[in-house]
Amino acid sequence: MSYLINSSEILQTIDMIDQQHLDVRTVTMGISLLDCADRDINVCCERIYEKICRRAEKLVETGCAIEREFGIPIVNKRVSVSPISLVAASCTAEDYSPIALTLDKAAKAVGVNFIGGFSALCHKGFTDSDLRLIRSIPQALTQTELVCSSVNVASTRAGINMDAVALMGRIIRRTANIDPIGCAKLVVFANAVEDNPFMAGAFHGVGEPECVINVGVSGPGVVAHALKDCRGKSFDTVAETIKKTAFKITRMGQLVAQEASRRLAVPFGVVDLSLAPTPTIGDSVAEILEIMGLEKCGGHGTTAALALLNDAVKKGGVMASGHVGGLSGAFIPVSEDAGMISAVEAGALSIDKLEAMTCVCSVGLDMIAVPGDTSAETISAIIADEAAIGMVNNKTTAVRLIPAKGKTVGDKIDFGGLLGSAPIMPLHAGSAAEFIARGGRIPAPLHSLKN
Amino acid sequence: MKAIVSVFAKDSKGITAYVTALLAQKEINILDISQTLMQEYFAMIMLVDLADCTTPFDQLSRFLQEKGAERCLDIHVQRQDIFEAMHRI
Repeated sequence: MSYLINSSEILQTIDMIDQQHLDVRTVTMGISLLDCADRDINVCCERIYEKICRRAEKLVETGCAIEREFGIPIVNKRVSVSPISLVAASCTAEDYSPIALTLDKAAKAVGVNFIGGFSALCHKGFTDSDLRLIRSIPQALTQTELVCSSVNVASTRAGINMDAVALMGRIIRRTANIDPIGCAKLVVFANAVEDNPFMAGAFHGVGEPECVINVGVSGPGVVAHALKDCRGKSFDTVAETIKKTAFKITRMGQLVAQEASRRLAVPFGVVDLSLAPTPTIGDSVAEILEIMGLEKCGGHGTTAALALLNDAVKKGGVMASGHVGGLSGAFIPVSEDAGMISAVEAGALSIDKLEAMTCVCSVGLDMIAVPGDTSAETISAIIADEAAIGMVNNKTTAVRLIPAKGKTVGDKIDFGGLLGSAPIMPLHAGSAAEFIARGGRIPAPLHSLKN
Repeated sequence: MKAIVSVFAKDSKGITAYVTALLAQKEINILDISQTLMQEYFAMIMLVDLADCTTPFDQLSRFLQEKGAERCLDIHVQRQDIFEAMHRI
């Protein structure tokens, strides 16, 4: 066929979409709410509702129109807002859950399926508002459906706020006691990024413009499909193949991002180059690692395979997009990845291996169900380990653990939809209570004298 | 606006005639056409010009899908840009 594009390329694109689950995972509109502050929480809520509804009024409609015209599914349309601990700082109210209810109402009014930003950044210390927000999290997340919350407890420059780590262990515990699903909407970060379009950790950072469009691409199925043709070939070929595939996926994300930005008259922020799995068979990051030659994800070799994958995705994607940001890399959320679930069930993938994997991929211990009787101190200790990896390696890490009420190792918890289901994973028995009780800050690491 | 119309089906008589008639009915000009048979499956790809088509893209897409379904054809219309973005630097 003339006109530049040939029919095999067209068939390849259609096959990627129809058979290999290629999609744009999310178009996320970031909205600054800093101008909604007021001493009276009710006035603050009114302003927040009005602003989200005004800014995101056409987001879903526009996303759906792009989806139909280009024939590419845009799975999620979402909104992220300024960290609420900043927006609500001048409010006199102790409990911020009315703001969460307002965010939920606004999200439903504009038709998005998640709204992120019930967040606090306290990597060096708490403001009074940070503390009020964090204490409101259990109520906020269990009374709302669509609100996501995140708390940044560490950074490479500030170290780890161990008081925040200890507090978040208790908050996760308290949320799980009311409803474990609440914990699926709560992320504890080290080095949180300001332009992440993916939930549950999305918030609109203070360095961001008034309003912005960020796009998260995906496509583990497409990478897996391409690698099936490389059986027995060297890693050079594997890396090249992943790069080329990531390039194509990202170009599509860039096109959608530009189109959404133009139609909504909102500046384009970044494309997040992530491989985000879903529970659908054939849309799995674990499967990619297994195609590389591992009998089961979680065995020896998994970390190396993931490191290669993560790096090649970025290298391929960077040239395909004008601006790259967010979390960019491979996600390994256990409950959202059929291959990971199967590896855990087979006893091949442990929490220790997952922790090692987080050293070389984006984000961290994600969507992991732990026994319902896990103590707050153990949760805090897991957060501290993960934050240390992020802090020392100058990367984003996160923890999203779900203590499954009334369940123990061998049981399974079902979250429904994109969140999937997860087998309860065993943890180590030794207590970290004394360690967590110390409080204070772990100092920032040295980044020179590296010999 | 240029778009790609793709048609997939089990091979049978009159598919091209049926689809091109639908396009003519909507004032759509076919610029290029290619078809292949993969075993017993028929795949046709057309580059079309929508300049004279007054039906909005959304409706056109739904119209072709519904009319296709009547004859067990899988018809998609997609803006050409997505293929260019993916396969050309």
